Amino acid sequence: MQGFPFFPEQASSFAAQVDHLYIFLVALTAFFTLLIATLIGVFAFQYRRRSEDERPGHVVEPMALEVAWIAVPLAIVVVIFFWSAHLYISMNRVPRNAVDVYVVGKRWMWKVQHLTGQREINELHVPVGIPIRLNLTSEDVIHSFFIPAFRVKKDAVPGRYSVAWFLATKPGTYHLFCAEYCGTKHSGMIGSIVVMEPARFQAWLAGGAAGLSLAAGGQKLFNELACVTCHRPDSQGRGPLLDGLLGKVVKLANGEAVTANEEYIRESIVTPSAKIVAGYQPVMPTYQGLVSEEGLLQLIAYIRTLKGPAGGEAPPAAAAEGPRSPKDQARDVRTQ
Amino acid sequence: MTTEAPALPREHYLNVAYGWKSWLFTTDHKRIALLYLASVSLAFLAGGVFALLIRLELLTPAGDVVQAETYNRLFTMHGVVMVFFFMIPAIPAVLGNFLIPIMVGARDLAFPRINLLSWYLYVIGGLFAAYSILTGGLDTGWTFYTPYSTVYSNSNVVSAALGVFISGFSSILTGLNFIVTIHKMRAPGLTWFRLPLFVWAHYATSLIQVLGTPVIAATILLVALERVLHLGFFDPTRGGDPVLFQHLFWFYSHPAVYIMILPAMGVISELVAAFSRKRIFGYAFVAMSSLAIAALSFLVWGHHMFISGQSAYAGLVFSALSFLVAIPSAVKVFNWTATLYKGSISFQAPMLYVFAFIGLFTIGGLTGLFLASLGLDIHVTDTYFIVAHFHYVMVGGTTMAYLGGLHFWWPKITGRMYPEWWARLAALMVFVGFNLTFFPQFVVGYLGMPRRYYAYPPEFQVLNVLSSAGATILGAGYVLPMVYMVWSMRYGKIASANPWAAKGLEWETSSPPPTENFPRQPVVEEEAYHYAPDLVVGHGAPSPGAVSHG
Repeated sequence: MQGFPFFPEQASSFAAQVDHLYIFLVALTAFFTLLIATLIGVFAFQYRRRSEDERPGHVVEPMALEVAWIAVPLAIVVVIFFWSAHLYISMNRVPRNAVDVYVVGKRWMWKVQHLTGQREINELHVPVGIPIRLNLTSEDVIHSFFIPAFRVKKDAVPGRYSVAWFLATKPGTYHLFCAEYCGTKHSGMIGSIVVMEPARFQAWLAGGAAGLSLAAGGQKLFNELACVTCHRPDSQGRGPLLDGLLGKVVKLANGEAVTANEEYIRESIVTPSAKIVAGYQPVMPTYQGLVSEEGLLQLIAYIRTLKGPAGGEAPPAAAAEGPRSPKDQARDVRTQ
Repeated sequence: MTTEAPALPREHYLNVAYGWKSWLFTTDHKRIALLYLASVSLAFLAGGVFALLIRLELLTPAGDVVQAETYNRLFTMHGVVMVFFFMIPAIPAVLGNFLIPIMVGARDLAFPRINLLSWYLYVIGGLFAAYSILTGGLDTGWTFYTPYSTVYSNSNVVSAALGVFISGFSSILTGLNFIVTIHKMRAPGLTWFRLPLFVWAHYATSLIQVLGTPVIAATILLVALERVLHLGFFDPTRGGDPVLFQHLFWFYSHPAVYIMILPAMGVISELVAAFSRKRIFGYAFVAMSSLAIAALSFLVWGHHMFISGQSAYAGLVFSALSFLVAIPSAVKVFNWTATLYKGSISFQAPMLYVFAFIGLFTIGGLTGLFLASLGLDIHVTDTYFIVAHFHYVMVGGTTMAYLGGLHFWWPKITGRMYPEWWARLAALMVFVGFNLTFFPQFVVGYLGMPRRYYAYPPEFQVLNVLSSAGATILGAGYVLPMVYMVWSMRYGKIASANPWAAKGLEWETSSPPPTENFPRQPVVEEEAYHYAPDLVVGHGAPSPGAVSHG
């Protein structure tokens, strides 16, 4: 960067749009500040007190003036509202082809999992030109995932999954900051976003020790934690079947109904007694403390691969890499 | 200006009694105002020292002057002390306390003993805060965000929270006292629309104090209960919701911003009128804009939470409502500016603070539009841009007005003038130092530097050095008045009853006033700011007092 920068690098599809709004507002601020300063300067000079007993007369106060300085600012803020709201809505509308990345904030590091199994700490490698959906949560306190070059920021809140997305447009290495104060090493909870050309990104994916894909990791946990004893077709109905669960409407014992999303599944593992499925007994023990936030994300990824009974069980690895189901894509356009 | 040298009145509220008991058990609103003046000055000094240490640490990118834990305590205590123990009480409890009974022509506030109780509550709250600071400090940020504050922080959260809780009642009682006084104790002839705008602003502020403060009290109590008894309100592992805390916290703490700025706007209205010898342009609009701001203040808290997981629809509504705050704010700024038109403008120190206030509040207010803008707020929230914005409003706005007001009414409070040239120098230093400190923070914030960072990437250093350099000038600019104000209490030129030839009941009694404020019940026969000989207000009919002004 040359000279003295006033903008962070523009490295995402949003960056220029955010900067345009910013420049407009800077110009607006400069205009009104100078207007007021000039008026004050001119009046203060023109009407400076010339003698101690000066008594200026009364001036008429035209109602039109009052109306004008209510109406003009009102018109201006209406324009800004629609401009910024439009930008905000597009920031909340995740493209259908976005690739999921799972991020867990923990004091004081960022833990990243890719669908294909790669794990990173305080780094996130992404390809240029492909939308990335960040699925954020936290293991302890609230953190905030902030990439200035992308103009993207989203809180990682414990007990919740929040979503943000970006489309990187320029290869390079950019700052990743934690923007929500989280304790002693808050300012050390930083890292880098490495944006690569797609070919180099594929090479990076192939080069690392990938281990199990996210869903395959989930399947392993599903067996290890003995979820399998109650939630499979041969478990005599102790627990509800999980096939095709995500996006399905679940009837609860108390008569309510919920749409099963990631947060519902997470809650059902961590606090099973919170929502009992109609027709089942509250016999499931809590898994709080027994499974990490990353493990929960893996379990959810695995449950997503469980199709309806007819389709059978898809191989997790293939599901993770292949195109996602329409149901998953339905989640894309949602507000978070 | 009179030709003969004025003399102090033989008996006034300061010399009717001596000794510590005459102060600690006083129910005179003027003496209680001075008790507050001493205590908020102490708080301001402490908060200022914390600020200077923060700026010292940020001179270099690496964390080197203090430990990270210490740094986190410094910015937390700077925020807690400045917000709860300086900004919120400063103008209402010092200037408001002193002036509101006099401005409405009353002998005292409606509940003098409750007024004294408020001060004691403030002090007890302050002692809790001081205890927390001296025994290890607080590191949650002044915002007490959960679950950090309730589960993870290893600092004195409970005692500090109790300090805020207790001092909150001081704020509620002051507000209550003002509301009742303004309703019930106005002098004969002092109709609502003859009230000085300072009183209108305090009336609006008091409504917020009474309605909003109980919410923060309850919230802070929930934090203490969760921390001590492990009840699950905000901690997700106990079934709580951390974002619920933010809703409750900002439901008070955004209106609290207007508790800080509205009285400042009231001060500015008085000063603009006095130093341009004009009735405030659009008096009714300025008065009503205070109430509009107070009403809107309760409807915008969600703009602190655009990235916290609040729904996008809620975000849209809060954004739209937040933009509306710009309207009454603009109404005030334009009307103050228009007041200067064809006025008789003089440039004593209080007026310099007015000019600084209007300029800086304009920037502070307009940068608020950046933050109400959803798509842009995502980038700038939690960065130094926010820090710069609220310091423009709180320091560039409230503190400027407080200093301007203190200088303006100093002769009334003490009976003596402050030294004019020193005061102008201090005002200039504060203005220059302020801008050098906080303007670079807008830039570094947009570049992406997050707030509350102990160490930062080296490319942000130049702007941080500028900011720290500005802070030293600003610090010196604040120390100067503390010195010459104390000096002037003994050695300042003796002031006349009305050294500015200003309008308002407070200038019709002696400087300093007698304990009972006025020798006999004043009767108001003219409009507020009746400077112009030809002023006619109302529905075309001449006001009854138009013949007997002066």
